[in-house]
Amino acid sequence: MSALSLTNRKKVLEKKELTFLESLYLPAIFGGMIITFKHLFKKKVTIQYPEEKKNFSKVYRGKHILKRDEQGRENCTACGLCAVACPAEAITITAAERKKGEEMLYKEEKYASLYEINMLRCIFCGLCEEACPKDAIYLTEEITPANYERENFIYGKDKLVQPLGTSAHPKTYKPYVKDGKPYEYKTPVNLQ
Amino acid sequence: MEIIFSDLFKDKLILATIVFAISLGVAAYSTWAERKLAAFFQDRIGPNRAGVFGLLQPIADGVKLFMKEEIIPADSDKFLFIVGPSLFMLTALMTSAVIPWSTPLDLGNGHIFEMQVADINIGILYVFAVVSIGVYGIMIGGWSSNNKYSLMGAIRASSQMISYELAMGLSIIAIIMMSSSMSIKDIVAQQSGGLYGMEGLQGLNWNIFYQPLGFILFLVCAFAECNRTPFDLPECEAELGGGFHIEYSSMKLGLFLFAEYVNMFISSAVIASLYFGGYNFPGLSLLPEFWQSIAGVAVFMGKITFGIFFFMWVRWTIPRFRYDQLMTLGWKVLLPLAILNIVLTGGVMSFFIK
Repeated sequence: MSALSLTNRKKVLEKKELTFLESLYLPAIFGGMIITFKHLFKKKVTIQYPEEKKNFSKVYRGKHILKRDEQGRENCTACGLCAVACPAEAITITAAERKKGEEMLYKEEKYASLYEINMLRCIFCGLCEEACPKDAIYLTEEITPANYERENFIYGKDKLVQPLGTSAHPKTYKPYVKDGKPYEYKTPVNLQ
Repeated sequence: MEIIFSDLFKDKLILATIVFAISLGVAAYSTWAERKLAAFFQDRIGPNRAGVFGLLQPIADGVKLFMKEEIIPADSDKFLFIVGPSLFMLTALMTSAVIPWSTPLDLGNGHIFEMQVADINIGILYVFAVVSIGVYGIMIGGWSSNNKYSLMGAIRASSQMISYELAMGLSIIAIIMMSSSMSIKDIVAQQSGGLYGMEGLQGLNWNIFYQPLGFILFLVCAFAECNRTPFDLPECEAELGGGFHIEYSSMKLGLFLFAEYVNMFISSAVIASLYFGGYNFPGLSLLPEFWQSIAGVAVFMGKITFGIFFFMWVRWTIPRFRYDQLMTLGWKVLLPLAILNIVLTGGVMSFFIK
């Protein structure tokens, strides 16, 4: 053994000759068969997919959503922090100035006239969500569906902005139901 | 012409048809059981969509295979290409002719229904002969495909089966020495007595208690003969693309796969009748004659079912051998052990018994 050792965990492989009983293989085979026999009676792990669905984790990160506030105005001010934070460079933003009469549509004076996420580039890391100072972008529990064309994976505002009249829940814009009751979402402390 | 209208011929025809149907039915449901058991051993559920518990799965599989396009490669030997799977299936089914399913069934009015298709006095030799022809099914199928991978698979299969047939034959010799008969009917009938001559253990005079080493040798060789894990080298996706049946499609492939299950059924039947007393069980002689033969069939089928379960149990437990390990095991371990078993049996018989 060399004197220099980075850790004390290394083990030297010892190749031992098999004893007579081991070289028969039969005891080992028998032991293995007992193990598999026990598995006959174990609980099955299968989820029968169309009937049963696996619940998503609470921190699942799926398709993005651009949030509206309580009055239905878009939160996004096109600051570009999400695009800067994005490690995959999937986000493209063009900013525009809010005109008179558009106060009902956009929360602040500046808004994103173009907001595109390339879902083929996106790695669903959620850094855009963390970077956003305006509570505007979130990753929902929705899956980005498959498609035949590469162009269709570039999601514009038509696919990203929260539809009007849906729940204010930031994770999913569907009315959130838990245990059969509508679930009231409480804004986490760090967002208040 | 007279023989065709005789009662004997009718009996044999009926029994042969029943055995044929049962062999195919058991083989079909073995595929279902194999998939179910594989799933259970791996904590899964297995097929459960076709019918209750997936019981219609074998029918769905069969229909699927029949509906598939049948491709005969342009460069293949077309006649032999068809002969291959047919021969394999034929030999798999033929073996069941000499197996005694139960004691003769007395139907009253003096008509006795023999529960064995053919009681030939060299029953064991017949089994070995037919099993040896089965190698040709694989060899012809693999060779006529005109594909190097299928040929290599076929060579593996045939060399493996020929090597293990030797040890298998020698492990049987000890049994033949003990029973001094080659008729399977005689061998089964001799296992009906008391174990080690004890009166209390009637119907338990099974050969496994006299030939434990021979039994293990025979069992290992039976696995190799059926091309089952751990000796399933002829089918090998990683090295051979698929094995000896790589060029086969549709029901011709189905016949190859199906014959494996028929072989398993027959091997279990042979093991049960040679080592586990066939239809004998403790308490058989207490029943009335008629019910003896009915219960005999049921018990024999139970033993066969356990045998098939054992085949599957082993398959989903242990990994396969490497090819050189397989040959080493066959020639350097099993063959000397089988010879040793013969010498031991002969020694015990000549010096200790009588």
